[in-house]
Order: sequence, then C-alpha cells, then structure tokens
Amino acid sequence: MAASTSTEHSSQPAQHGEVLLPGNPTFHSVSDAVCRIVEAKTPRAWWILFGLSSAGTVMLLVAVAYLIWQGIGIWGLMIPVGWGFDITNLVFWIGIGHAGTLISAILFLLRQKWRTSINRFSEAMTIFAVIVALMFPAIHVGRIWVLYFVLPIPNQMGVWPNFRSPLLWDFFAFSTYFTVSLLFWYVGLIPDFATLRDRATKKIKKIIYGIFSLGWRGGNRQWKHYELAYLVLAALATPLVLSVHSVVSMDFATSVLPGWHTTIFPPYFVAGAIFSGFAMVMTLAVLARTAFGLQDIFNLRVLERMNLIMLVTSSMVGYAYAMEFFTAWYSGNPYELFTFINRAFGPYAWAYWIMVSCNVIVPQFFWSKKLRTNVPFMFVASLLINVGMWFERFVIVMTLSRDFLPSSWAYYTPTKWEIMTLIGSFCLFFTLFLLFLRFLPMVAMAEVKGVLPQARVHHKEEKAAAGTAV
Amino acid sequence: MILAQFDSADDLIHAAEKMRDGGYKEFDCHSPFPIHGMDEAMGLKRSPLGYIIFTVGALGLIGILTLMWWTSAVDYPLVISGKPFFSYPAFVPITFALTVLVSAITATISMIVINQLPRLVHPIFNSDRFGKFSDDAFFISVEAGDKKYDETSTVEFLKSIGGKHMEILKDK
Repeated sequence: MAASTSTEHSSQPAQHGEVLLPGNPTFHSVSDAVCRIVEAKTPRAWWILFGLSSAGTVMLLVAVAYLIWQGIGIWGLMIPVGWGFDITNLVFWIGIGHAGTLISAILFLLRQKWRTSINRFSEAMTIFAVIVALMFPAIHVGRIWVLYFVLPIPNQMGVWPNFRSPLLWDFFAFSTYFTVSLLFWYVGLIPDFATLRDRATKKIKKIIYGIFSLGWRGGNRQWKHYELAYLVLAALATPLVLSVHSVVSMDFATSVLPGWHTTIFPPYFVAGAIFSGFAMVMTLAVLARTAFGLQDIFNLRVLERMNLIMLVTSSMVGYAYAMEFFTAWYSGNPYELFTFINRAFGPYAWAYWIMVSCNVIVPQFFWSKKLRTNVPFMFVASLLINVGMWFERFVIVMTLSRDFLPSSWAYYTPTKWEIMTLIGSFCLFFTLFLLFLRFLPMVAMAEVKGVLPQARVHHKEEKAAAGTAV
Repeated sequence: MILAQFDSADDLIHAAEKMRDGGYKEFDCHSPFPIHGMDEAMGLKRSPLGYIIFTVGALGLIGILTLMWWTSAVDYPLVISGKPFFSYPAFVPITFALTVLVSAITATISMIVINQLPRLVHPIFNSDRFGKFSDDAFFISVEAGDKKYDETSTVEFLKSIGGKHMEILKDK
C-alpha cells in the first residue's frame, strides 16, 4: 500500500489507505522523531524560555502570596463589580482545556485518525490549563484557609455545603475534569513510557521510565484490557466537555442579572471553550512543529482541520452574540435591552469590539483554503482568537459594572496585582508546558503507529483476493 | 518461556490464529500498538472491565445522591430560595460529575490491576531483542506453564508459522 503522496496534501477525504502522515513514516521513524526530542541534550532555547516563564511564575507566586496575606482588597474589586479578572481568568483557562479533551476523547469516539498526531499534546495543554484555572477559585475566596468548607465533611460551622449552588457544582466539576483528564492522559502514556524505557541507555532513565510504564510488555492480553479502559475513559471524558463548561456558565446563568440570566449560556460557553482551546492548541502546535521539526506529524492536514473546527465554533459564538441581541430586543425587557446596548456602546465598548473583531471577523478568513493552510496566518489568528475570547469573558463579567441601579454604577479597573496574576498565570502554564515538551513524548507514538497503513492487518480472504501481502 | 519474533502485524495475527488452532493457551502477542482482530485470533474472552466499571460507577451514583439527600433533606434541611429539600434537578450536575469521576478512577485502577501491573521484573525482559516491541517489532511469547510447551516442538512450531530469532528465557 504505497503512501505515495508525500507532499503536504491536505484535502483528501478519509479513505481506505489514506495518507495520514506525509513522508512515508515507518514505526521506527515515528519512535525516533518523538523520542529523540526527549533524549537529546536540552537545547539552549529551552533554557531561555524556561527561565523567562519560571521568572513569571515566581511573580505569580508573589502576587498570590501577597493576596492571601493582605486580602482581596489589593484587587480592584468593589461594589458593584464583585467579580473581575479573577472569574474572567478562571473561565478563560477552564475553557481552553476543553479542546484537548475534545481532541482526545470525542475525536477518538468519532474514529478521526488524524487526532493521533495532536492528542497527547493537546491533552497535556488541557491538564496544565486546568491546573492554572484551579488556582483562581481557590485564591479569590479571600479566606483560602477555610477552602475545605466546599467538602461535604463535618466542619466547625456545623453546616453542610449548599449542593444547589453552581459555585459548589464548579468544585465537583473541576475536580472531576482534572482527575479524568489526568488519568486518561496517563493511561495513554503507559506504552510510550515503555518505548522510552526500552530505548534508554542510562540506568537511571531506564528505572524512571520503567516505573512510569508499570512494566508494560505490550502483549495483547494487556492491550485487550487497556483498549477497553481507554475507550471507557474517552466515553466518560466526552460528556465532560459539555458538562464542565455548562456548569461554569451556570455561575452566571442561575443569577438574575440581565445579560447573564439566559438559557443560551451553556451551549454558548461550550462552543466558546472549544473555540479558544483549539486556538491555544494551534498556537502551541505551530511553535512546537517549528522548534522540533515535527512538520510531518503536526502536518497541514491536521492544522487545516483544526482551523475548520475554529471556523465552526466561531460561527456558533457569533450566532450566539447575534441571538443575545435579538432576544434582548424581542423580550421588550428594558434592562436586558440596556445591557446589550451598553456592552456595545458603553464604557467597555472598547473591550466589546475587540471581542467581536477577534472572535467573529478573524476566523471567517478560514473560509479561504489558502489562508487556512497558511501557517503564519493561522498562528497570528490563533493569538487574536485567544485575545478575543479573554475579552468575551471580561465583557460578560463587566455586566456587573452597570446593573439595575444607576447610582451603583462604577467602572472597574484592575490593580497591578491582578495584572501580575494574569500574566503570571500564562507563565505558569508555559512553565508546565515546557517541562512537558522537554521530558515527555509530545506525540502519542503507539496511537500514531496504530493508524499507519503498515498497521492494517488483512484477513485471509482479503489476502487471497489481493494476491499480495502488505 | 519461548520468544519468537515476527516481521509485521499481519504475520503476527496469522501466527496467532495458528497458535490458537494448535491448542496453545498461555501465549501472548506483543506489539507496539494494539492490533485489530487480535483478540479473536488468540481466542481470548471479553474483558470484565466493563462490568466492574459499571457496577462501581452505579454505586458511586447512588452514594453521592444519598449523601446529598441526607445532608439536604434529613440532617440539616435549609430552605434555600424556596427550593424543595430534595431538589434533585439541582443535584444532577454533582451526581453526574461524581459518577464520571468514580467510573474513571475505577477504569484506570482496574485496568492496571487486571493487567497484573506494575510488574517491573519479568523474565521476558531478559531478552536482548524484546525491547524493540515498543518500537517496531512483533513477538509471540509462550509461557512454560502452557500444556503444549516443549522446548523443541514449540520452537519448531513457531518456526513453521513464521517465527524468527527464537529465544528461550528463564527466570533468573
């Protein structure tokens, strides 16, 4: 089965023997391409980037430590804007995580083989995005030392948590999402740890990879249970993509504020989450493929499909913006109408129009095949999309600045501590991601090998009919 | 145990069928990725993992609902925004999340335990060639405990179905 179209031909439909990876890879070339990055000496560029991101993480720790010491007063939150950067950042980071799970779990269930190039990479992004996200609800409560009140265990107040509150649903949803993502990611890593173990020359590396691979022997008796566990984890993670961000949207939707109290929020938030997540994966993938020479594995076909998904979700988000306006007008509710006119023309109009141009206008360029297969364009677009999606959450939260009572209206400005926390959160994310790139195989080798043409087995009848072996 | 190498996934699955038909029970087929159809080729039964996960997951669902019901309707009922004490619609998100969590943890741990992992020491690692299984090589291993195990005849049989580089490995 000749995999002959080795140029980056990205528009062929999936067929028997389709070329998923250009360049005629063999099983060994896949192992080599991925493992050599982990096995090689740390490149100087990595040290530089790691230094910068670690410095930023230290800045984050300082900002958070001072916050816990001094209290939420160091932030710009006040009445009426009781939520500001904290919730914006929480929703932003949790949303980003959803793309990884979609690629890992949903595309697996849909048998989209092209996912095998990027699933490990994007699932790692999810885990780190969730870690960063988890920080925000923890630090924004003020009294972080009684954070255990969210647990349904007897405590000194003698009260149980309020299970009807979306804020408590968040706790359970995020714990579940983090744990399931981590388990799914680890299970996928077991065979690849075995590859690294078997290639390792130094004893210490053999032992460490050996421990993490649990002594994996690759026998079909093991694969049998492994595959079922993987399938179950994918099936469990899939509804989480929908439910976790729906629960987050309920933080707003179950309130009574105009602009928040709307049933469009759960699907709108989920579409937005997938949208921003794919943009983040794209940003990281373009950087990684250039830095590590993985253009065959993170190939144009994969990138193009990601751009198409971004186009679809951007359209959904744009539709949601339009429907919100329509619903506000159609409802005849003056508060609802005012909220949306205020978003577009009030004091935060600058944020609103950044949001619309980045989220609705920029991705529409992906209708052009030329642009959606143009790597520099898609890189810039992915950055703009993430800027736009951050502003979307900011615009939503800033509904608080002008609610029912005009005498309460105020303009929220973040303090330097909040800005440090925001920038620091990106630095924490990149620190974790750089560690992943350096020490772990960034592509799911076993899965990629499993979808190569050489992995297909022919039954006896096919063999007799074809007259040749693979 | 006896270890034999094969050239491709195709060769491996056809050899597995012949091993199964030849009456071998305690053998395994090693590959860098799972091969479709190998379970039938080896004559293996379904994995029990599904039943375990479902059962424990169901227990998790009942457990968390019971917890929420007991705390909200029995132990310390509070009227919150006029909702009934057992407000099951509001309990759905947490019930769903925790059921998924319990099932996922069960899936992972059961898979590892049923696979008898972690097992860092195994006679198969005494082979010099075996390390390639995780790269691009395919092997069949036959346990010494198999009824048809015999150093000479099993080696001959494996050769006849396409096996190469035979090795006999013992527990050190």
